[in-house]
Amino acid sequence: MANTSGKRVRSISYAKYGYLFILPFFVIYIVFQIYPLFNTFYLSTQSNGTTQTEFVGMDNFKALMIGENATISHGDNAGNKGGRAWRAANGDFKRVMGNTIMLWVGNFIPQILISLVLAAWFTNSLLKIKGKSVYKILMYLPNIITAASSAALFVMLFSGTEFGAINNLLLKWGWIHDPIPFVTGVSQSRVMIMIIQTWMWYGNTTIMLMSGIMGINGSFFEAASIDGATMTQQFFRITLPLLRPILLYTVVTSMIGGLQMFDMPYLYKNGTQITKHVETVAVYIYNHFHSAISPNYGYSAAASVLLFILTAILGAFAFKMNRDKDQKHLKRKKQNKLL
Amino acid sequence: MSVSMSKEKAKIGSLRAKDIIITAIIVIICVVSILPLYILIVNSTRAGQDITSNGVSLIPGLNLFKNIGTLQDWTSTGKVEYNALTGYVNSGIIALSTTFLTVLFSGMTAYGIVVYDFKLKNAAYTFILAVMMIPVQVTSVGFYQFMAKIGLTDSYIPLILPAIAAPAIVFFMRQSMKSTFPLEIVEAARIDGCGEYRTFFTIAIPMMKPAFAVQAIFAFVSNWNNYYMPSMILISRNKSQMTLPMMVNTILSNDKLADFGAKYAAIMLSIVPVVIVYLIFSKFIVEGVALGGVKE
Repeated sequence: MANTSGKRVRSISYAKYGYLFILPFFVIYIVFQIYPLFNTFYLSTQSNGTTQTEFVGMDNFKALMIGENATISHGDNAGNKGGRAWRAANGDFKRVMGNTIMLWVGNFIPQILISLVLAAWFTNSLLKIKGKSVYKILMYLPNIITAASSAALFVMLFSGTEFGAINNLLLKWGWIHDPIPFVTGVSQSRVMIMIIQTWMWYGNTTIMLMSGIMGINGSFFEAASIDGATMTQQFFRITLPLLRPILLYTVVTSMIGGLQMFDMPYLYKNGTQITKHVETVAVYIYNHFHSAISPNYGYSAAASVLLFILTAILGAFAFKMNRDKDQKHLKRKKQNKLL
Repeated sequence: MSVSMSKEKAKIGSLRAKDIIITAIIVIICVVSILPLYILIVNSTRAGQDITSNGVSLIPGLNLFKNIGTLQDWTSTGKVEYNALTGYVNSGIIALSTTFLTVLFSGMTAYGIVVYDFKLKNAAYTFILAVMMIPVQVTSVGFYQFMAKIGLTDSYIPLILPAIAAPAIVFFMRQSMKSTFPLEIVEAARIDGCGEYRTFFTIAIPMMKPAFAVQAIFAFVSNWNNYYMPSMILISRNKSQMTLPMMVNTILSNDKLADFGAKYAAIMLSIVPVVIVYLIFSKFIVEGVALGGVKE
């Protein structure tokens, strides 16, 4: 009791420094993040095309979600209707969201399976695996490499002509007669992006799951092996159930990451080729606002708002889990002190 | 007796076999992981016509410097917008200054929240937790339009200054300060007449060096690798301003360049610095990932 009251007296004189230390963060955050966020909300209700802005209510959302040709009446100036000043959105959000989900699921499932098995092996005390730290370093390496460079490398390797390295090899071996369009083909490019994403992220997920498994009380595994449980039994009966919160957290954070997927879907292509079949939400947003001549701020901003809502729902889960982790951490600390 | 012994032996034997099989699988996965990079390095040393006739080889050639020479010719004749040295300098300026700002100000913010008691302390921390997950894509329309309006496109300011506010890094720094930084030291410093800022700069930062180092490495790598922000802001694509990832991207959009050796060399040059940084700090990085949540 006396202690807390003492603290209160002290805190009065130093509180000002608390504000001063956190001030730069908040000033910059408000200017460069909060204001742009509100600006995005505002722009989502404005028209598209040249710099003229006109209030169009929820029309951008309607155009994105349902798609309609009626939006044309809201063009920047009537004379530009038929021109290429702006592109109409015809229920685009369904398409780009579909692409995003497909690409995310397609990379997450193989990634989590590989990572779970690897993490279980790496942490199993019965197994004697030499050089674990080297393997971990190699597995994480793809994640550290500039995505633009990885994309360029894979486009070179998988280029769709007979000169592309992989096609060249397959032709030479006689496995195929015509080069496969790994970069331009609809399903081929989707699968390639899933593979590249898996390649980039499985090391990260493995390391995160390993630290999760190592947090499980070792005596469970000891008791199980004394009772004669096999490795597989231990994995399904102990590791998986106890890892559930961490797995869930991994799924949620990966989903949030997946919703933002930009680099690979945007960069894995031949030059200026248009790749609608791998256009994710983030790529769509970027393509629409990033035009010096006639940015479609309206559609872009409306898609951003929809993305924001989805992220906020997922983020709320992650937030809650972080909070719980914090509280558990505190509890454990208290217990340690008692011990 | 002997029966149980042999049983035991068999068990150990099967375990050994398991060790070998599992190690082999892991080695194969690692090889597959680095194979694309190995082929990249090998191809950057091979002559262009060799690559066109035989795309994949495991044996390096002797043409690395010739390929880099070809690349330089392309640069000087204006065929490509790729210039590794300019790219290193530009990406370096952005990555180093963002890293410095991010680590310093995130450290300050975390310190302010951990060390001091003030009315809005919990509100401030809750806010940071809440905004941590907001993806950059959500705000980028508003951000870009705002920058275009005040004439800051084609400038490094919008790429560097926002680094002062990095919620995720504040979060991790707060976690590690909470668990490793004893507040008694602040008390002691006050009694000795040390000012608050001096305490932070001369006592807290040196003590928190490991945490700062991990965050600095991650900040550096992710800013060096960033394609999204620079390509959004540097809209005129000035050769003298472009970052390395942007330059690599221009290599692909040019179909007239026939020499594959030089193209591979260009990609290789773009990943060398980051791979070197990674190999030097790999232990920190892997540990940092284990701490959780460093996801882009």
